[in-house]
Amino acid sequence: MPTLRTEPHFHEPDRPALHAYSPGDSFYEALIASHQGLSDEHSRWLNARLVLLLANHIGDLGVLRQALAAARAGLDPV
Amino acid sequence: MLKTYRYPRYSSARALELDCPGQSARHPVVVVGAGPVGLALAIDLAQRGQPVLLLDDDNTVSVGSRGLCYAKRTLEILDRLGCGQAVVDKGVTWNVGRTFLGEHEVFKFNLLPEPGHRRPAMVNLQQYHLEQFLVERAQALPGLDLRWESRVIGVDNAAHGVQLQVQSAHGNYTLSADWLVVADGARSPLRRLLGLDLEGKVFQDRFLIADVVLKQPLFAEGAAERWFWFDPPFHRGQSVLLHREADEVWRIDFQLGWDADPELEKQPERVRARISAMLGPEHEFELEWVSVYTFQCRRMQRLRHGRTLFVGDAAHQVSPFGARGANSGVQDADNLGWKLDLVLQGLAAESLLDSYDSERGAAAAENLLNSTRSTDFITPKSQASHDLRQAVLSLAREHDFARLLVNSGRLSVPTHYRDSPLNTADAGADLYAGVMHPGAPLADAPLLHHGQQRWLLQALGPGFTLLLFGTVPLAPDLAAELSALQQQPVQLHCVEIGLGQGAATRSTVTSNASAAPSEHATWIDHQGLAAQRLDARPGTAYLIRPDQHVAARWRALDVPSLLSALKLAVNPAMNSATNSAMNSATSSVFAEPQGQS
Repeated sequence: MPTLRTEPHFHEPDRPALHAYSPGDSFYEALIASHQGLSDEHSRWLNARLVLLLANHIGDLGVLRQALAAARAGLDPV
Repeated sequence: MLKTYRYPRYSSARALELDCPGQSARHPVVVVGAGPVGLALAIDLAQRGQPVLLLDDDNTVSVGSRGLCYAKRTLEILDRLGCGQAVVDKGVTWNVGRTFLGEHEVFKFNLLPEPGHRRPAMVNLQQYHLEQFLVERAQALPGLDLRWESRVIGVDNAAHGVQLQVQSAHGNYTLSADWLVVADGARSPLRRLLGLDLEGKVFQDRFLIADVVLKQPLFAEGAAERWFWFDPPFHRGQSVLLHREADEVWRIDFQLGWDADPELEKQPERVRARISAMLGPEHEFELEWVSVYTFQCRRMQRLRHGRTLFVGDAAHQVSPFGARGANSGVQDADNLGWKLDLVLQGLAAESLLDSYDSERGAAAAENLLNSTRSTDFITPKSQASHDLRQAVLSLAREHDFARLLVNSGRLSVPTHYRDSPLNTADAGADLYAGVMHPGAPLADAPLLHHGQQRWLLQALGPGFTLLLFGTVPLAPDLAAELSALQQQPVQLHCVEIGLGQGAATRSTVTSNASAAPSEHATWIDHQGLAAQRLDARPGTAYLIRPDQHVAARWRALDVPSLLSALKLAVNPAMNSATNSAMNSATSSVFAEPQGQS
């Protein structure tokens, strides 16, 4: 069964990055930008919708269960 | 008054223009602002033999430690300006940075994880020390006229030259110059006088900076690191940054938030309370200097305005996370100096200065992008951004991908001028591993020279340099052609680099056996690191610009291609239109520019 990837994997398919951090920074910036102008409630919905879109793209339930477990573990106490 | 440093007081003699108004010579270039960037440019121009006038409205060096972190590329530039070793000796070297969440480390980075470079990734040094070294160097150069207490109060930027009105301690006078370089800092009075503006973002946050003298170091000078905290116990909900500086001084930055009152926060008791909370009661300390800053990420749309060029903070400003301010400014100066020199010599058209705008404009864009991203991470502006950051920081405890997303600053690296008009693209059939493509800053590597260990960057000349790998000895006709090419007015230095142990033996035999000494220096890539970093094989050649960026490279060099690449790197706009006409020229290799007035 494939394992959830946790090594750095953000990339532009045809452009090797000059600096290892750049692709991840690029995604992070895009994600922040997608929340621009949204209310807190809409932001929460955006994140939930994104989870579902990406989860479906991954598809493999084994991998998804590992992701759910990793997300839940290490949650800071409120 | 600082306890660890005494500010020099400089004064200047009466300007010649005061006694001979209207008769004084026109200056080829005037630089306004004797901060690190203005000084670097003036020294570079003077070293190239250009007379340069440098004006500063003050009579001393930087007040406060300010710039602080000088990156490897800047150190390499300072080496060429004669100040590198002084900075490295006085400053504190570091390569490793650690990022903490609360009390726990979540990320560690090493800016220079491989050996075989002359300079470290970063040296911390108070800006006043750096400026003092640069001033001392400037004072030693006869062609450099450094005038203190000289404030520019008026400027006329015309098509064929610039006029300045200067207010000095001895009276006011007018100056004329062919070229004006504006290096007068973030608030740039000159930029304002010219009615020009910057575009970008102002960030709503404030940071307290404190320079603190510690009796007991937190880490040894030889093992210095950069430490950054998100949400530490001693400053909940905010960030803190720690650096070691020279003279037992430590720099601590506390994020205060936008609602903080700067005047209140600067009060010594308040600052002391923060530092005691951070260091614990057992650490004795003294406050040396305190300031509160806000920051912006902004730039001028164009860095060239006719006969006026902008460098450093006057041209672009970044948030300090990543040390991209002074470092990019010094690199602006490095990019501009050789170009202005060629234009002043009549060897290049003014269009070469448009390449300063495009190359350093690209650098400014890259620096703004990275410093904005860091600032967004350090200062999340919405609940959604805050949640995302919290997610990254908590995932970073366990997962590599999240560690790489933790952004407390992407530290300054030199820009690769990928799309520069000065580059000659690699021939289609030539493939190279690595990142030394045209436009790249040349990597350093250890080399043997006459049996002594030296460095690749030291082998380069002040003008252009041709690196020839593994062709020792040179074929006679190639050697003759290169010799002829070196008689052209644009300086071209040829360096033969022997590859590996076998080449070392051959080259030793050659130099021992030859009756006439070789015209070209011979260096040996004894560890193979130059070959590795440049993907060099026998016959590989690199053309390097005066600012030590790659202009072109070949697997098999032919002199017409070399000539073409050299012309393109000096007269970018000319080449496409006149290439065929110029190809057979021998004496008039480079364009006659429109007459200098």
